[in-house]
Amino acid sequence: MAVIRDVMPAFELFQPASTADALNLLDRYGADAWIFAGGLDSFDWLKDRIKRPRYVVDLGGIAELKGIRARDGGLEIGAMTTLTEVVSHPIVRDRYAILTEAAEAAASPQIRNQGTIGGNLSQDTRCWYYRAGWSCYRAGGNICYADTPESINREHAILEADRCVAVNPSDTAPALIVLGASMVIRGSSGERVIPAENYFVGPGTDITRMTALQPGELLTAIRIPGDWAGSNFYWEKVRDRQVWDFALVSVASAMTLSGTTIQNIRLVINGVAARPLRLATVEQYVKGKPRNESTAAAAGDMAVEGAQPLRFNAYKVPLMRNLVKRAIRGVEEWTTS
Amino acid sequence: MDYFLTWGHSPWGQQILTHVSWNLLWAALFAGVAFLVAHASYMVLSAHRKRHPAETDAMEAARPDLPARIPRHSGVARAFHWVMAASMLTLLSTAFLPIAGVKFAWVQWHWMAGLVLTTSILFHVIHASVWLDFWSIWVGPKDIPELRAEILRELGHDVPGPKPGKYPLGNRLYHLALVVVGLSVIASGLTMMVRVRTPLFPRNPYLLSDSTWGFVYVTHGMAGVALVGLVIAHVYFAVRPEKWWITKAMILGWITRRQYLEHHDPDRWVVADPGSRIPDPAQQ
Repeated sequence: MAVIRDVMPAFELFQPASTADALNLLDRYGADAWIFAGGLDSFDWLKDRIKRPRYVVDLGGIAELKGIRARDGGLEIGAMTTLTEVVSHPIVRDRYAILTEAAEAAASPQIRNQGTIGGNLSQDTRCWYYRAGWSCYRAGGNICYADTPESINREHAILEADRCVAVNPSDTAPALIVLGASMVIRGSSGERVIPAENYFVGPGTDITRMTALQPGELLTAIRIPGDWAGSNFYWEKVRDRQVWDFALVSVASAMTLSGTTIQNIRLVINGVAARPLRLATVEQYVKGKPRNESTAAAAGDMAVEGAQPLRFNAYKVPLMRNLVKRAIRGVEEWTTS
Repeated sequence: MDYFLTWGHSPWGQQILTHVSWNLLWAALFAGVAFLVAHASYMVLSAHRKRHPAETDAMEAARPDLPARIPRHSGVARAFHWVMAASMLTLLSTAFLPIAGVKFAWVQWHWMAGLVLTTSILFHVIHASVWLDFWSIWVGPKDIPELRAEILRELGHDVPGPKPGKYPLGNRLYHLALVVVGLSVIASGLTMMVRVRTPLFPRNPYLLSDSTWGFVYVTHGMAGVALVGLVIAHVYFAVRPEKWWITKAMILGWITRRQYLEHHDPDRWVVADPGSRIPDPAQQ
């Protein structure tokens, strides 16, 4: 493991006051620039001296990247809005309770005060082999140290592993995918808006990145439509320490019902692959079926098809199966019926 | 050195080779295109030797025993060539498009195309060894007079030196380069498959030491970028007007009697079996 030092390597710090200035800096310094949001992922890298950027662009002073505002019947959340602001926002609590739950499950109150929703979505994986600075696939090398016969890989992927077996650590990502959110990305060539589920990329597509952000681009906002507002949500995060930890596996779902029949559903699982996985096959299967134990059990079995556990993470298969089952069935309804 | 190779370090702090630098991809592309431009310019501007039609008329008149169409590539040989071409283009696109910025899940397509290429090459080796004239494609010291004559002809001189047998010297030299580069890329690629998940065999990342793995990856990368240049050259010659008859033969399987006499030495490529002659449709 890398040793955290007291002093970071020297870098030149820029604190732009507008998105345009920030993009100019990213354009000017290219691969030598490091984007700094809440700093919670960045400080690990910098204090470990694994990443040694020459220029750091701190987004903390850009007012236009902060705040939550109404837009087209939904919400737009600035990427630099803190998790605490998201959790405490009345409209989010009222209409998008699953996002409140997910953001509140991230880390500790102190970290949520500092951490931003953009940072939570765009943070790098927590695979300790990778973060130790070794030359693994994700770091540009030619081996995955987490996928060898001796690896300690309890937290790693059971699905979509493609050379790298790291997992996505974000809590808010599955909730936003379930809500049908879009990511607003700006670069020197303009703005593009992509669905949240396409924002995250697996190692098969790009082994050195977790997101679709290209060098020189910024995530500026998250847009949440009103389509799923107030629907029947389910969120659960299983972690080693309930008080403060990354998810081993988390599940998020939004469901609309007609009586006891599932009319429509979006279902996402995280912590099992390098990107949050939308379980489209399971969604299709349960649509039009009664919300009961039998449907939930079949959905759980279907969700884990193709899972390939590593040496120490086979427990994730029944965990994922049961979380999907609970997301379909619902816990309260089952325990009270 | 980072311009050619990339280095990392192992958990034990040792410096290890990881890959070739992808700068070499752009270098290979540049080299391929530069060769193409240089050759095309030379062909436009130079006074390279072209045989007068009357000479070929005379040669054709002297060999009425030859069929109108001379078989050059059997159906099996042509099928091999096009399967190999398709797999090679798939391999190059799946390897280098992601590096050029076109992102997609490429690994599975890459190793599957690699297996198709390997199988087709194995087939080709057996087919060429047993059913074809194995030595007709190889080059050696005996070809130096032909090389000299070909260079002089390209420079505009009228020399009587030897003409090619079944395969022009350029073809044979290209085949030799492809054998070296192709076998390197196949051997290293098959070894690298041990590190990725396939349904064929269990992964074993510890099959080789870190430094040996680095050598394997670098060999694969070097051979891969070399293939970019070689494929550019091959496609370029395949579509050049004066070489089109060779490409056409790889599609149809035959060349005309006139092309045979114009470009080949009948003593070095003997059309021996009258039974294999393809009838001239004009006489049917």
